[in-house]
Amino acid sequence: MESKLRYLALAGVAAATVLAGAVTAEAKVEGDTIILGSAISFTGKYSTNGVHAQKGYDIAVEKINAMGGVKVDGKSYMLSVKYYDDESTPARGAQLAERLIKQDGIEFMLGPYSSGLTKAIAPVTEKYKIPMVEAEGASRSLFTQGYRYLFAVLSTSEQYLASAIDLAAEIAKKNGKDPSEVRIAMAFENDPFSLDVRQGVVDDANGYGMQIVIDDKLPRDLSDMSATLTKVKALKPDLLVVSGHSKGAATAARQLAELKIDTPMVAMTHCESAAIVSKFGGSTEGILCPTQWAETLSYSDGYFGTAAEFDAAFKERYPEYVETGVPYQSAQAAAAVLVWKDAFERAGTFDTEALRDAIANTDMQTFYGGIKFSEAGNNIAKPMVLRQVQEGALNVVAPSEWASHPVVHPRQPK
Amino acid sequence: MLTNIELLFQAPLLNVQLLLDGLFIGAVFALAAYGLALVWGVMNVKNLAQGDFVIAGGYIAYSLAQIGMHPILGLPIAFMVMFVFGWVVYKVIISRVVHKDLFTSLLATFGLSLLLQQVLNLIYGPDVRTAESGFEIRTILGGFVTVADIKLASFILAALLAVGVVVFMKKSRMGQAIRATAQDPRAARVVGIDTERVYAFTYALNAAICGAAGVLISMMWVIQPFYGIGYSIRSFVIVTAAGLGNLPGVIISGLGLGVLEQFSAFVLGAELQVFIVVSALLVVLIWRQLQQARHRQAVR
Repeated sequence: MESKLRYLALAGVAAATVLAGAVTAEAKVEGDTIILGSAISFTGKYSTNGVHAQKGYDIAVEKINAMGGVKVDGKSYMLSVKYYDDESTPARGAQLAERLIKQDGIEFMLGPYSSGLTKAIAPVTEKYKIPMVEAEGASRSLFTQGYRYLFAVLSTSEQYLASAIDLAAEIAKKNGKDPSEVRIAMAFENDPFSLDVRQGVVDDANGYGMQIVIDDKLPRDLSDMSATLTKVKALKPDLLVVSGHSKGAATAARQLAELKIDTPMVAMTHCESAAIVSKFGGSTEGILCPTQWAETLSYSDGYFGTAAEFDAAFKERYPEYVETGVPYQSAQAAAAVLVWKDAFERAGTFDTEALRDAIANTDMQTFYGGIKFSEAGNNIAKPMVLRQVQEGALNVVAPSEWASHPVVHPRQPK
Repeated sequence: MLTNIELLFQAPLLNVQLLLDGLFIGAVFALAAYGLALVWGVMNVKNLAQGDFVIAGGYIAYSLAQIGMHPILGLPIAFMVMFVFGWVVYKVIISRVVHKDLFTSLLATFGLSLLLQQVLNLIYGPDVRTAESGFEIRTILGGFVTVADIKLASFILAALLAVGVVVFMKKSRMGQAIRATAQDPRAARVVGIDTERVYAFTYALNAAICGAAGVLISMMWVIQPFYGIGYSIRSFVIVTAAGLGNLPGVIISGLGLGVLEQFSAFVLGAELQVFIVVSALLVVLIWRQLQQARHRQAVR
């Protein structure tokens, strides 16, 4: 009896394996649907932004399908995305990427959320030679590994606050001072992303010969930086730069007001996700915030139209964003799907090698900005833009090519 | 580092700013630590979910602020909600491990801590939250030192709460029962004290105190579902440094820790803030060990 059972179990396993095999062979393109795959954070600490990204992927897929889908070799295909929840943990992300590729037969990948998860998944896609277009991993270190199959539509992290340094130099010159007289205070979280941002700032500051008077590292579980800000108060630098994700932005914005710090120029990352303007009001007036994308920029494409039209379409599809505004995480995710469509049509085949080359040769304009990949796979056609809190709104003030408003200097917190 | 120390001498008012900030936040640390000292002393349960109770209290204030209530009025509400929550947790989990060995209760409270973090994350998401008091920020000493009214108010509230708890422990029947149970649970049972109820009350009171501390934290700093661990560590450091059942010690250690954190963050950088906290614990433990060794020699 027992051995009979064992045979049954074995047969079951064998049948399942065969079935799984059959599914694998067909899954990448089922009938007239091309299936993209992504492990992304629906739960855990990255879930907010993971969901932003997913909605970006979805709206682009819906838009492309509504416009007749993707034409490959004369035939039209619909797009769809297979998602798994990576629980915001890198190990799980790598596991799921493996599952998408090996079990589900996915051969076209979209990225996860965050540099950390992308770092965990990239070796897997590389191993199986599966191209991945990612939109949410900005760390410089992703593009120094010699990955062949990794492409990113967003600007890399060392560019985040570098534009603030250029702006400080510009202002110094205008005021008849030499840029080397500018004194900078820096506070950066000790994590890969923020340290990349810091490196960009340090490189540019050294280029101008500026003096760095404070260089504090912030802990991961940051909830107080009053000691650092007390130092800022004492040393009176010309520029304060802060990067520590949304906790860094929230803590800095609150404590800048609390300690009545009057540094004329303050720049910090993650103003939007920390919602500093709505939380801390007039005291945030004049703070500079870098962003990958803003709906006021004059980029456009043949899918969504202009950046403003994408913004409107997104708010119509997802009304919950009407109040909060459309996060750039969603915009860049949508752009990643556009890159895939463009590559499929230019390659005219589902061969992953041909597709990889087609992606590498991407040179397109989108509502999100230009997209053209460097040898390393990062996008070199789109700048970071700097917005400033002006009368409670975020207006683009730099680089001057895209600026909609002049910069207010020194800042005038209320 | 040396230039930072020089700075403190050149501008003595900086010391005042750091000292005040340290004392204000230290009072809240002391509050959470006092709750731990209670549970540890009375029940011999080392509650690893201490910090998560604090954060939960913070989210109660945040939620009340969302529906238009002033977060400071959230203090009594958070106190009561967390009291009930603590009672339920005692009945469901802690009552089953309170008589077991140390590791069982450590594991149980650690599990509770993880559970709380994930539940808060599911409800509120992983972004940092703050509750805004909207209070004034005043400048003193020629404008160089700032005092946020909310910090001052929080300091006073923490002090009032501490006094309230002390009076309760000294005067009320339940307070006396708790102290009796802490001294000798068997003897307490012999004289007719329902120690099970005392334990439940103690654990609930601790959760309530933590909840109140959390309300104050949400108005001074930022809260996030995974930030509890920092407050757990601080509570353990403070109680270990002060010694069990030493209330003045807990208050002094709490305030001292707040001040120490501010000064070390100023001199060494904010990154080393927690490192300093843990180093302080190490120093205290070594010092205790030496003291005890000397004591043992004397006895011999």
